[in-house]
Amino acid sequence: MSDTHHEHENGHGELSYWSAFWVGLFVAAVVLFTGLSVEPEKIPRLWLALIPLMPAFGALFNGIFVRHMPKLWTVVIAVGAPIVSFVFSVFLFFWLKKEGMEYIDVTLYEWLSAGAFSLDVTFRLDALSGVMILVVSGVGSLIHVYSIGYIAHDASHNRFFTYLNLFMFAMLVLVLGNSMPLTFIGWEGVGLCSYLLIGFWFEDHANASAGKKAFIVNRIGDVGVLLGMFLIFQATGTLVYEEIAANMDKILNPTTVTVFGAGTATAIGLLLFLGCTGKSAQIPLYVWLPDAMAGPTPVSALIHAATMVTAGVYLIARMNFLYVATPEAMTVVAIVGALTALFAATIGLFQYDIKKVLAYSTVSQLGYMFLAVGVGAFTAGIFHLMTHAFFKACLFLGSGSVIHGMHEEQDIRKMGGLAKFMPKTHWTFFISCIAIAGLPPLAAFFSKDEILWHAFANKNVVVPWLPNVLWLIGAIAAGFTAFYMFRLYFLTFRGECRAPAALQKKIHESPPSMTWPLIILSGLAIVGGWVGMPAIFHVPNLFHENLHHVLSYEGLILSRIAPESEHAWEWIMMLTSVAIACAGIAVAWVIYGKKPDWKWQPNDNFVYQMIHNKYWVDEGYFYAFVRPLVNFSVFLWRMVDAWIIDGALTWVTSAVAYNVGQGIRIVQTGNVQTYLLSFVIGVSLLVFYLWRFVG
Amino acid sequence: MSWLTQITTNHYLVLAAVLFMLGTVGVLLRKNGLIVFMCIELMLNAANLTFIAFARQLGQESAHVVVFFVMAVAAAEAAVGLAIFVAMFRQKKTVYVDEATTLKH
Repeated sequence: MSDTHHEHENGHGELSYWSAFWVGLFVAAVVLFTGLSVEPEKIPRLWLALIPLMPAFGALFNGIFVRHMPKLWTVVIAVGAPIVSFVFSVFLFFWLKKEGMEYIDVTLYEWLSAGAFSLDVTFRLDALSGVMILVVSGVGSLIHVYSIGYIAHDASHNRFFTYLNLFMFAMLVLVLGNSMPLTFIGWEGVGLCSYLLIGFWFEDHANASAGKKAFIVNRIGDVGVLLGMFLIFQATGTLVYEEIAANMDKILNPTTVTVFGAGTATAIGLLLFLGCTGKSAQIPLYVWLPDAMAGPTPVSALIHAATMVTAGVYLIARMNFLYVATPEAMTVVAIVGALTALFAATIGLFQYDIKKVLAYSTVSQLGYMFLAVGVGAFTAGIFHLMTHAFFKACLFLGSGSVIHGMHEEQDIRKMGGLAKFMPKTHWTFFISCIAIAGLPPLAAFFSKDEILWHAFANKNVVVPWLPNVLWLIGAIAAGFTAFYMFRLYFLTFRGECRAPAALQKKIHESPPSMTWPLIILSGLAIVGGWVGMPAIFHVPNLFHENLHHVLSYEGLILSRIAPESEHAWEWIMMLTSVAIACAGIAVAWVIYGKKPDWKWQPNDNFVYQMIHNKYWVDEGYFYAFVRPLVNFSVFLWRMVDAWIIDGALTWVTSAVAYNVGQGIRIVQTGNVQTYLLSFVIGVSLLVFYLWRFVG
Repeated sequence: MSWLTQITTNHYLVLAAVLFMLGTVGVLLRKNGLIVFMCIELMLNAANLTFIAFARQLGQESAHVVVFFVMAVAAAEAAVGLAIFVAMFRQKKTVYVDEATTLKH
């Protein structure tokens, strides 16, 4: 793989392929010898520390020399760093399994110390963070490789890779941190990188606005995370996950916490979930994610599909001990997740921008993950997070390959028939479409099915009839998912090409550095689900066994299905969801696939217009929040600032200064004897004072 | 010469105070710059007189050195001051200090 991207790079690289190779070899040797020079038992900890630090070094180095580095060197460092992280992650993940350990910690330094409170920068690798770093560094590495070809001709090439590495660092800190503040640092760090990368082409005003929108909407959620952290600290006096879990009784005990009393756990759960709705694009804060597609497509794949937006799911899974104690918050999470899954799926039905379809699909799939964690199926949520990272990254990178090949065209009405121009992109996209639609034996079949099954089987103590509704919403959304993905597929790759003839001649398959990540990711989209086989297949569920220790509180969630009828129900559910997915695909084929000469007709139907315009949610937010806020700001500016404050400053201060000056100017006579007189009087008074009161 | 031995340090100090006050009043009230100067000399000499008086009372000769310093500085000051008044006279045709009020503007 490295050969191919170097070949591609060599065409415009300033340095030869070989010099880059030797630099890479040298760095690898330094890392290896550093590892050899410490005691053997410390090596895993050293490597654990290096997993987030490798991209940090990459970002630091490329960031400092951003204007002076040859492109090829930036690529070697920036792409090498996450690959090294990935190698370490794989090694440590299986080493942990082999040693039979539940976790290892590495403490870098003491971060905060105030009175009895002290907090270390400690990275913890356990089964959950192990899965996360594998996904983040694995998918991240592939997307870095893909970016080599995608961003090669951009003027800000080095800046792009600096941001990407910085993102990797923040994301790995987020998942590896053993305490909430450390996770929060990563949480804000990925938010910053998201902002920087959405507005990467900031010369275009729309891109810069999209970046700002993402940043501001995320801040609303972050307030929730901060308040949740404050409540946890007030109740337990600690912010380390392990210690919070050990002190759960203090959160649940109404006498130790004052503000919310017995509802503290629910309050914390809801506040943290508010942060998750921002970061993971759920109702009501999902609006930033579709706009975030303004960024380069590898960024959409890495940050806004595979990794960053799943941080909320990770946080809830990490806090599973807290959520199982509060069925009310869990119910809210499940309802919001299910509604988001359906709502975003319907918007995806009639979008014509290839990336917008995928963006709403991402929002919808994230809704599934929250549905899973909301019904207590934390493992299923993380499982879907992983499989989704594979196929959605593949879909986004495939769309990037299409956009690249179509010379920046994103409207699927102007595409069609691309299968013959770009066969590799076509096949990988096709596989991922099947995977996301949920047909066996591809990835989402296992993960989405597990979620739907748990949504159905879960016993909800707050609203007893809710599981039926959750399952129904999830199943309908699954049908919509199959429909809009295959609509996208048929309109993009099948039928006759609707692009202008001049453009058709220029459509080309992407370079190998872009197609190889697609092939690998589509392979993962096929096999990725096999580690989490359902119980009815009578094969070991590796994913569950792996996460069993970390997500052990999952066992406290009750099932309403009797154990003896469980298998029968699970078969029914599975066959139903496969049937729904097939129906969705069939409808898409009838409407868009059957006729090769599909023509777009403007549609006046109210329902169509409503969905096509995304339910006017953005417009509603604009009139409900943005415009009042802007008007209020204008009021503050014109009235309070320009009139009251500036008025007070200019008029009052100038009047005071003028009048005081008028009063004092009479003492300056210009006559030296007057000055001397005041001097003599002053000295006399001083002498009198010293004589009378001091001496 | 018995009256001479009856002069104590207090007498010298009173004389010095009288001289100093005369000088101060002159500096503040007289308008002629040269007279103002002489009054400044009077104040300096009043100070010298206290130095000498205390030197005699305490039997310490080192105060005489200070007096010589004061005289030297007064001479230098007189030289500079007179040069200023000469320049002022050339400019304004007057040495009256109340007519030199341009610092006000």
